[in-house]
Amino acid sequence: MTALSLAARDSATMLRRDVRHALRFPMMTVSGITVPVVLLLLFVGVFGHALSAGLGTPLGASYVDFLAPGILVMTAGFAAEATAVNVCTDMHTGIIPRFRTMAISRGSVLTGQVTGSLIRTMISGVLVIAVALLLGFRPSAGPVAWIAAAGMFALLTTALTWLTVAFGLLAKTPAGANSLALIPAFLPFLSSAFIPASSMSGGVRWFAEHEPFTPITNTLRGLLTGTPIGSSAILAIAWCAGITLGGYVWARALYNRGG
Amino acid sequence: MQNLTVDPASTATRSAVAVRSLRKSFGRQLVLDGIDLDVAEGTVFALLGPNGSGKTTTIGILATLLAADGGTVRVAGHDLATEPDLVRAAIGVTGQFSAVDELLTGQENLILMADLHHLGRAEGRRRAAGLLERFELTGAAGKMAATYSGGMRRRLDLAMTLVGDPRIIFLDEPTTGLDPRSRRTMWEIVRELVARGVTILLTTQDLDEADELADRIGVLDHGRMVADGTAAELKRQIPGGRIDLRFTDAAALDSAAALLDGASRDEAGLILQVPYDGRARSLKDLLDRLDRLAVPEPALSVHTPDLDDVFFALTGQPRTEQDGPR
Repeated sequence: MTALSLAARDSATMLRRDVRHALRFPMMTVSGITVPVVLLLLFVGVFGHALSAGLGTPLGASYVDFLAPGILVMTAGFAAEATAVNVCTDMHTGIIPRFRTMAISRGSVLTGQVTGSLIRTMISGVLVIAVALLLGFRPSAGPVAWIAAAGMFALLTTALTWLTVAFGLLAKTPAGANSLALIPAFLPFLSSAFIPASSMSGGVRWFAEHEPFTPITNTLRGLLTGTPIGSSAILAIAWCAGITLGGYVWARALYNRGG
Repeated sequence: MQNLTVDPASTATRSAVAVRSLRKSFGRQLVLDGIDLDVAEGTVFALLGPNGSGKTTTIGILATLLAADGGTVRVAGHDLATEPDLVRAAIGVTGQFSAVDELLTGQENLILMADLHHLGRAEGRRRAAGLLERFELTGAAGKMAATYSGGMRRRLDLAMTLVGDPRIIFLDEPTTGLDPRSRRTMWEIVRELVARGVTILLTTQDLDEADELADRIGVLDHGRMVADGTAAELKRQIPGGRIDLRFTDAAALDSAAALLDGASRDEAGLILQVPYDGRARSLKDLLDRLDRLAVPEPALSVHTPDLDDVFFALTGQPRTEQDGPR
């Protein structure tokens, strides 16, 4: 077998391990979607009318249509937080040194975890969309746009997962990993996820217009609800590619540091 | 250092592990100060030493977990620095801290190892079942490892190490913290492995354990190998055991002391210390001679040499907990 197919085989073994963990302790996955769902309920049910009234026409007819893509972005952020905690917890168990003493593909442990997280986050995304549909979300997307949206979500998730895997490796305790991973989980608040960046003021507006979650949210929103996308798509893809590459290189370096 | 491509007839004297001038520091702290050791194929080598003497660091380097600062190491004929993956393919490691996946069952842990050794599904399952049986874990095969007792976890740990059928096994303090029965079981497993031709390098703080299991013993103290030899060679360097006889009056002590050569007296405690080689016959002789003395029967206690005695003899100072990483 070639080195590449051995690496793929080891990564698949590590993925099975990761999936078993997730099935045995589904709470981590479930808690990952709790926050986005609560926010969805809060912003649609509690603040929805006030926000629509205050912001007027840019939101269109229904605030839930505006919000749902933003909450989807947030889902990826919170799922990534769980990844950081999982990785940090796992790295401090005795099985990891055992893997290091075995003649297995070096990156397979991380690849397994990243793939597992990707699958869990995609499932969370589907669940969050389902809740949004129940709350009145009426996307206008056709099949191609749905596939494109799923692709965008996968890119975002891959980027955030590699980044938070690095956080998980960097942090000495799961609590530390959790704090670091709150950054990507909460950055969507300062983006166009809840209200358009143009309706913000001063420095916050400048930040919202330039941070990665705004073009990512705008792209998803455009694909799902038909709002204009413009240059957001290319910016979103560039941000995701950059974060993925940075997170991957960083995570690999941190993992190999130990041996 | 032997070349593994040489004449197969020299198998008996080939080194499975050959270490020269191994050095390692953590920051400013020197942990290994030029260690040499050789483990012949199919033998057991015990690294004996207290906490902080450098045992675990040595195992960590040999297991490719830590990089050495200096020296050369060959494991299974491969240079550790240039061919770590070939070394990894030849070794199995069971460390001090349980290297099992607690969220998986015993069986899943073993199959995970089989998958990582690319054994294939049927062979992996067959080997997992065999090891569960051999390590008395069949009943707990479907339970999560997190629920296992210390002894069960250690057995599962070793079973996982054996899935890949390694020719060289490193065991870091394999019996520390185990109850006497689990300790016995572990000893039996080690003997069984050696009988199959496996080479074992283990660390221990317990002279009895080294004595029971090892063909050669290396004594590690503050990162230096202070002695290296067979158990018999080592014991010649240390004071033997003794029997303490506690008398009720000074006259009895005097008459016993006159009778027993080589005994030393502790006047204050009315104790006579008699050298003792650990054999039943010597004890019987001693009791017979005491019988012939018409003195009140003394209280008797047997003192066997332990690691403290070894350390005192080899380093000239009592054993103390040594600082720093193990």
